[in-house]
Amino acid sequence: MKKICFYFQVHSPYVLRRYRFFEVGNDHYYYDDFATEDKIRELAEKSYLPANAIILDIIRKSEGNFKCAFSISGPTIEQLEMYAPEVIDSFKELADTGQVEFLAEPYGHSLSSMYNDKEFEIQVKKHADKIKELFGKKPTAFLNTELIYSDEMAEKIASLGYNTILLEGAKHVLGWKSPNYVYSHPYLPKVRLLTRNFPMSNHIPFQFSDTSWSEYPMTADKFIQWIVDAPQEEELFNIWLGYESFGIIQKDYTGIFEFLKALPIQAFKRGIGFTTPSEAAKATPIAPIAVGHLISWSGEEKDVTSWTGNQLQEEALNKLYSVAERVNLCKEKALKHDWLMIQCTDYLRYMSFKNAWGSTFDSPYDAFTNYMNILADFLLRVDAEYPTSIENEELNELLKTINDQEKTIGQLEGEIKQLKKKQSKKQ
Amino acid sequence: MKALMFGWEFPPHILGGLGTASYGLTRGMAAQDDLEITFVIPKPYGDEDQSFAKIIGACAVPVVWKEPSRERVQECIGHIMNPDEYFYYRDHIRYDFRRIGTNDLGCIEFSGRYPDNLVQEIGNYEAVASVLAHSLDFDVIHSHDWLTYPAGIFAKQISGKPLVIHVHATDFDRSRGNVNPTVYGIERRGMDVADHIICVSNLTRKTVIERYGQNPDKVSTVHNAVDPVPNAESFKKTPRKDKLVTFLGRITMQKGPEYFVEAASRVLARTKNVRFVMAGNGDMMNAMIDLAASRGIADRFHFPGFLKGAQVHQMLADSDVYIMPSVSEPFGISPLEAMQVGTPSIISKQSGCAEILEHAIKTDYWDIDAMADAIYSIVEYPAIYKTMSEEGRKEVNAITWDKAGLKVRAIYDKVIKNS
Repeated sequence: MKKICFYFQVHSPYVLRRYRFFEVGNDHYYYDDFATEDKIRELAEKSYLPANAIILDIIRKSEGNFKCAFSISGPTIEQLEMYAPEVIDSFKELADTGQVEFLAEPYGHSLSSMYNDKEFEIQVKKHADKIKELFGKKPTAFLNTELIYSDEMAEKIASLGYNTILLEGAKHVLGWKSPNYVYSHPYLPKVRLLTRNFPMSNHIPFQFSDTSWSEYPMTADKFIQWIVDAPQEEELFNIWLGYESFGIIQKDYTGIFEFLKALPIQAFKRGIGFTTPSEAAKATPIAPIAVGHLISWSGEEKDVTSWTGNQLQEEALNKLYSVAERVNLCKEKALKHDWLMIQCTDYLRYMSFKNAWGSTFDSPYDAFTNYMNILADFLLRVDAEYPTSIENEELNELLKTINDQEKTIGQLEGEIKQLKKKQSKKQ
Repeated sequence: MKALMFGWEFPPHILGGLGTASYGLTRGMAAQDDLEITFVIPKPYGDEDQSFAKIIGACAVPVVWKEPSRERVQECIGHIMNPDEYFYYRDHIRYDFRRIGTNDLGCIEFSGRYPDNLVQEIGNYEAVASVLAHSLDFDVIHSHDWLTYPAGIFAKQISGKPLVIHVHATDFDRSRGNVNPTVYGIERRGMDVADHIICVSNLTRKTVIERYGQNPDKVSTVHNAVDPVPNAESFKKTPRKDKLVTFLGRITMQKGPEYFVEAASRVLARTKNVRFVMAGNGDMMNAMIDLAASRGIADRFHFPGFLKGAQVHQMLADSDVYIMPSVSEPFGISPLEAMQVGTPSIISKQSGCAEILEHAIKTDYWDIDAMADAIYSIVEYPAIYKTMSEEGRKEVNAITWDKAGLKVRAIYDKVIKNS
């Protein structure tokens, strides 16, 4: 039976405020609260709430036949909790139906998987804990930020306990293969790979209301027919997209919500079902796929150059991750929070000359300058906790001594007790 | 096709950007084989590059019939014009211009600069244009900037050929809004009569449409370009401990020098390893020296005066940042020159060149904080300096005059077809 595996990404970064260099060291607040609230409220009201309501309705009417998956980034969860808690509630409602899977991802929507393994691990765990806390279940399938993936990255992911990984069905990776199967990793036997059907996924956000598109208008009927018409052996259709496609990219008036409502009706009519990543990955993989270089779901190239492609981005990333160890030693709450928030990939993308989509800055240079000013302040704060004049190794030694102090004291106390006992026995 | 161009300045004897731009455009257009350009200027020195256009000096064209000997003609104007040509023009004097003071050849003395009797000089230039319009054969007239509009209009009225005027600046740019009515009158008449108006930026185009009431259909933008710096590679940065931030241009109200001083004082409050240079002359120079002193940054703020030729390029190459905070700049060629030698540029959004540059930082001229921030960023973070330097150089090297020339040519073709 053919099945559609829907996954919706829920992500919106904090809007960084205009931060001038003369504020470095004086002001440690980096966000434009007004703009952030405005943006997340708009997303909530025009997209998340109406789409959630529709999906909940579909689930109830489909008697357990409709399923889909979400992943919500850490910064977005925090914004929703603060500015639109009713969205969290509606996701909880969806979670309670048991038909919705929440996926794991690095908490900060960061590139930590590429720059610092320890940081990556911390973020993945933090995110999973948060999801468990909110929706009652630990995630079992993983997708990296921006679907960044390689064979090597799969090792890190698998070592964190995730054997179902979502990745882009990039042409240069799949070659002649179809994305509509479950694949395996070339040398990690337990790992199952799901590949995004990007042409079909992109039709929804980018072409739905494009009157110059040859397939316009795209109806649910037509969309499902494409799946029906696909070869009989292809059973899994990974339609993954940003949740804001509903209501923000494609506005309400385009009929996008009607399309969403009609999709399951059309699907059930023609014997097409729904599944979630973890469930889909139970199928026997058809073949291994090897991914030597990093891929992502970005642009035509499907590589990571949207975030790391130029010198500005490299400089920012190197500076940022140079203090990863130190930050993780720090205890200050606000510092750790900022650390997670400023790693968001969006801020790096705004420095891109080719893909600065959605940037809140005038130009990549402007974005870089603002980010570096924030980073400079952040680094000063880290420095105040753990001076950079001390080498990392030396610092580790010192911290080890401090952290082990109680254990050592306990041990020594134990020894004293024993010695005392011996002595009292002797007496 | 033959074009008759009226200009005011021509390299190497230039006073501002007008000479450079009209020279560059003419040379770029010379790449078109079927185009012949005759370029008229008030006062050539004889050392102008004539390889791609014929240059006529208005000061050697007779407007009043005199009968000097051939030897006398050779002696007076031989360095800029063949005596045969002089006599040919003399045969085409149709009007009586004896009211204008002329020399013994019947020619008018021009300063070729911007003297106090500029309006009179503009009128005299008009007289020369009439003689040329009767003598020469051409298909289109092209007038560069307001000084030459009356000449262009007269040539059009005589010959019936279409007139294209090229707006390099308007009086609104020069005066921050307090226009001189005489200048406005001349500009307005030129625009009204012209068959087509070429502006150096969309910013200028907007001014022409809104302030001079022109029909948008006859106003086009052709952005300026920049000639490659001869041996750009030879201008190397002198190793120096301090970073250098440079302003280069006339120190006048139009160029926004005070915003530069204010931005400098913001930067210096934070970091000491930066020096600021304000090169050039102008009526606001003393006020700027005062301002720098009153901000307590005079030890790091330098005024080297007017720079020329290779000095300019060396200064630009030595700089870590070039800044142009102009309040109103129709185009602004200097940031492009800075980028040619690999120096990152910060320009005001109120500059025409901002429309075509991606690898320059753009701020509002009044936004001192943004300007200071950009300066600080470039001197502090090597990555942004390097990217702007490399990408900027690539970008400006692709902005060439022959492309601008093709756009102008298309306009010529259109006005000739319509006339």
